[in-house]
Amino acid sequence: MAPLKGFFHSSIARKFWMAITGLFLVTFLVVHLTVNAFTLVSAELFNEAAHFMATNPLIQVMQYVLAAGFIIHIVMGIRLTLQNRKARPDRYAMEKAGANSSLGSRTMIQTGILVLLFLIIHLRNFFVPIKTGNMGGMDDYTLVTTLFGEWHYTLIYVVSFVLLGVHLNHGFQSAFQSVGWKDNRWKGLMSGVGTVYSIVVAGGFSLIAIYHFLF
Amino acid sequence: MKLHLKIWRQNGPQDKGKMVDYDINDVSPDMSFLEMLDVLNESLVAKNEEPIAFDHDCREGICGTCSLFINGEAHGPDRAVTTCQLHMRKFKDGDTIYIEPWRAKAFPVIKDLMVDRSAFDRIIQAGGYVSVNTSGNTLDANAIPIPKHDADRSFDAAACIGCGACVATCKNASAMLFVSAKVSQFSLLPQGKVEAKQRALNMVKQMDEEGFGNCTNTGACEVECPKEISLENIARLNREYLSAALVE
Ligand code: HEM
Ligand code: SF4
Ligand code: FES
Repeated sequence: MAPLKGFFHSSIARKFWMAITGLFLVTFLVVHLTVNAFTLVSAELFNEAAHFMATNPLIQVMQYVLAAGFIIHIVMGIRLTLQNRKARPDRYAMEKAGANSSLGSRTMIQTGILVLLFLIIHLRNFFVPIKTGNMGGMDDYTLVTTLFGEWHYTLIYVVSFVLLGVHLNHGFQSAFQSVGWKDNRWKGLMSGVGTVYSIVVAGGFSLIAIYHFLF
Repeated sequence: MKLHLKIWRQNGPQDKGKMVDYDINDVSPDMSFLEMLDVLNESLVAKNEEPIAFDHDCREGICGTCSLFINGEAHGPDRAVTTCQLHMRKFKDGDTIYIEPWRAKAFPVIKDLMVDRSAFDRIIQAGGYVSVNTSGNTLDANAIPIPKHDADRSFDAAACIGCGACVATCKNASAMLFVSAKVSQFSLLPQGKVEAKQRALNMVKQMDEEGFGNCTNTGACEVECPKEISLENIARLNREYLSAALVE
């Protein structure tokens, strides 16, 4: 085999890259949630943080890494799912999947694609206006709180984060298995941390949005 | 007991196949699942009908030949048993039971409930062995000290009987549990270390070529495996494969 070929072209390699990009997105969410939480402190603090994110050179570079992470994760995820469907062309007449696996683990592509749809709406509403400075005279804080004032936007937002939470509840521990770091001593801890992380992310983003909707 | 059976009938690899209904009376709760099918087959033969083809050999849970997808689960509703060890007392009078073959692109149906699992043999041929010196001075394996922890893990992995329930039950028809057990049983032992890297690379390559799906860690295989092969083996295979691919 050509050098490193197995690191890019095999079922295990694809899962490795899904896991690495997934874990990278997991850390990105922590940063994003922290910045969002600033809106609860004061408008100035959030505006300053948003300005920093929009101008700091290191963050500018990371933006491209983040975009690449998303694209690799999504493209691999879709390819993986299509391949897996092909591996079972004839379905069972009777299947009791609930007896041996969780619903969340079986619906990663569905939760993933719904999160992707949300991501597109989200980029249009926040990222593009902030990036282009085309915000109709509003500062970052006003843009955010105005959008959360609309009930349908906040609803879509909260539903999407709950779905992301379901995605991550399986994804977090699954990523450690995919890179080969898991064993029976650690698996309980990894699932536990993953569940706590998913609740903090889904709950954190949602509660901030609901807070701005209400107040 | 009286049972309503819905059984997959397919008269050869090219046939389309369909589910066919059979009613069976006088099933004893002490019968094994395969004995119940034997009784049904005898009644079919008596009526001059074609008996249902299914795989079996040892009928004591060690050969890995029996392979039925029963009521939506590989080897039926019981845990840690093969189809031949499943008893009719797990069912109730009047139950409807679906009986289907393993379904995977890599396991084509031969006839009725029998599938071709030679893809597993080709994966083993690709690396599931160790090289030993047989030129008259063969080392006694017991002369090599092995940590108890490793010996136990290796033995647990070696319990895999190659039945294919993991593939049958996985929503992706992935063979990772089987391959990881076969890789682990060797790689944990000194005798298996020599070829560890090539073994992981070659067996995974063959697995992919056979058309099995990618593992998405749903964990269904571990639950349905009659030998309770642990998911830990899959993490070990990932580790071994990735480190082998890196230095290759
Ligand atoms: C912020 C967004 C996202 C995060 C943090 C995230 C995180 C993760 C993680 C950690 C995994 C586990 C990787 C593994 O099992 O090795 C995963 C798996 C997966 N993700 Fe995402 N993901 C995100 C968005 C998406 C999107 C937009 C899609 C759309 C296609 C997607 C589709 C998938 C699929 C198909 C899997 C594989 C399922 C599996 O292996 O069980 N994800 N994700
Ligand atoms: S891992 Fe379990 S289910 Fe899979 S082939 Fe081996 S014994 Fe059968
Ligand atoms: S017939 Fe041998 S394991 Fe069932």
